Amino acid sequence: MNELLAKYPTEIKAILAKYPPEFKRSAVMPLLHLAQGDPGYITPQAMQDIAEICGISITEVGSIVGFYTLYYDKPLGRYHIQVCTDMPCALRGADKFLKELCERLGVKVGEPTADGLFVIEEVMCLAACHRAPMFQVHGDGDLVYHEHQTVDTALAVLDALRQKAAVAEEGKE
Amino acid sequence: MSEYILLRHRDIPDLDRLKVYLKNGGFEAWKKVVTSMEPAELIQLAKDSGLRGRGGAGFPTGMKWSFVPNNLWPHYVVANADESEPGTFKDREIMESNPFQFLEGLMIASYAVQAQNSYAYLRGEFWQIGLKLNQKIAELEKAGFLGDNLFDTKYSLRLHVHMGAGAYICGEETALLESIEGKLGQPRLRPPFPAVAGLYASPTVINNVETLTNLPPIVQNGATWFREHGTEKSPGVKVFSLSGCVNKPGNYELPLGTPFRKLIYELGGGIPEGRAIKAIMAAGASSALISATEAALDTPMDYESVANLGASLGSASVIVLDESVSMSWLAQKTTHFFKHESCGKCTPCREGTYWMAHILDRIEDGGASAKDVDLLFTVARQMQNKCLCALGEFSTQPVVSSLEKFRSDFLARVDGQTR
Ligand SMILES: Cc1cc2nc3c(=O)[nH]c(=O)nc-3n(C[C@H](O)[C@H](O)[C@H](O)COP(=O)(O)O)c2cc1C
Ligand code: SF4
Ligand code: FES
Repeated sequence: MNELLAKYPTEIKAILAKYPPEFKRSAVMPLLHLAQGDPGYITPQAMQDIAEICGISITEVGSIVGFYTLYYDKPLGRYHIQVCTDMPCALRGADKFLKELCERLGVKVGEPTADGLFVIEEVMCLAACHRAPMFQVHGDGDLVYHEHQTVDTALAVLDALRQKAAVAEEGKE
Repeated sequence: MSEYILLRHRDIPDLDRLKVYLKNGGFEAWKKVVTSMEPAELIQLAKDSGLRGRGGAGFPTGMKWSFVPNNLWPHYVVANADESEPGTFKDREIMESNPFQFLEGLMIASYAVQAQNSYAYLRGEFWQIGLKLNQKIAELEKAGFLGDNLFDTKYSLRLHVHMGAGAYICGEETALLESIEGKLGQPRLRPPFPAVAGLYASPTVINNVETLTNLPPIVQNGATWFREHGTEKSPGVKVFSLSGCVNKPGNYELPLGTPFRKLIYELGGGIPEGRAIKAIMAAGASSALISATEAALDTPMDYESVANLGASLGSASVIVLDESVSMSWLAQKTTHFFKHESCGKCTPCREGTYWMAHILDRIEDGGASAKDVDLLFTVARQMQNKCLCALGEFSTQPVVSSLEKFRSDFLARVDGQTR
């Protein structure tokens, strides 16, 4: 039983339609994006389902997950707060911004917050160098840029996400 | 310049809405090529215009199209929207705010080589842009600009968006093709070249977003009009992404051949707190450093003139470095970028970026000696001309040039000297 196919039949059909029928393997990246959206990472079951749809081995899917930085094979923070500290941003205060943000949250880079909601990460250039400091939020199957940031505006973004997550939890109960 | 050619959304509000784009001449070029032009005519027009690729190498676009053989089918066109070079953010603005002109350009290129399925490869971080482009493509299908038998001709075309997932190397065109094919984004050995065996082993044209965005106005206004801007060998306008130590960072659309001084001081508002400029990187993190002498500041920003400075214009991502920046810090930053992004396929790049980063960390930590500075130079030089793709070569550029031009910045950090 292919759980992914059962969960997203229309989406998967649309993804497969983008590529020539004899090259199903091309669907592996869009399928990984799709599968990651809900649990926030690629589960072993999802890897198996994707391998089956694309006609490749689970190992091959796993190596793709490992190659690209936006796929996660472990649950580590619901929202990845990815601060760009690459050179052009660093020239505009990104390193200091990251340090202060971590201090205010009481976490280290790469360590999730106590509630498991956030993990702060350092990433390379996001094509927003003119609006540094900046970060992107990756989680819940979405990816959103936050530019021209200060530590205070960044903490407000995290607060809003915290509320959103709490509302979603209530909805589930 | 009074009127924008690429960043037209800055003149025309809501240009990302189909109705507005159509009212401003949108898709007239598309209709013209499909209903009245032979593919060969269109390729000749691109050649006559002198348009050169805006993705970095500056290769003549019309010539690239002409390499596609007409005895092998199907053909594909792929828009390179991976835009991951540190300091580059021009394609993003085009796709966010002037998406139809980009899509129309992709469609025109597709017609030129008679591709019936074309792809736009976006870096995964452009998730929001990907969603938006999918909507725009759906609108174009509904409006009859995409689909089967367009304008009652035999020509059919469909566009597809393929999202990457975080890997700078996928901007390299053959790694990009591997990535669409669902493989690791690692460059291919050449030959064969993509024009003959590209996507799915079929003839494929890969063009940068900005290159493609030039096509609708070229079709509408002609090659002579296009050559009114820019220089003889580098015609047209270019979007310059200005960043680093400058008061007004951002994108600036200027004729190729505009001097650095005008971009940095006149438009970019000069250096913060009146500090002195030290160096310029013209092609993002992949650049050889240009010492910011008076003569360098007066150099026209076109492919030939920047090459004469021993550097490269690349995608015109101009990073300004002022006197407060230590070049050993800078080299450490760029080297960590390339070490992180090396795909690991070939040894000189994989090992070389690792060792350069290691030595630079030691230098920046104050634990190095002058010998380590020499060693760094040796490692970087040994990598050159040995790497499978240009990434390895790029990684050496800031290291070698900063050691050649600003060695004292490194020596100031050795033998226990910390900042
Ligand atoms: C490591 C590496 C990264 C690259 N990244 C990009 C990129 O993000 N966007 C781009 O258009 N070209 C990039 N290129 C250049 C492409 O390989 C290719 O030359 C270009 O897309 C061709 O389009 P053009 O002729 O329209 O410039 C990169 C090249 C290398 C070696
Ligand atoms: S030079 Fe670097 S990025 Fe290019 S193929 Fe070799 S290892 Fe990969
Ligand atoms: S360096 Fe941070 S967005 Fe470019």
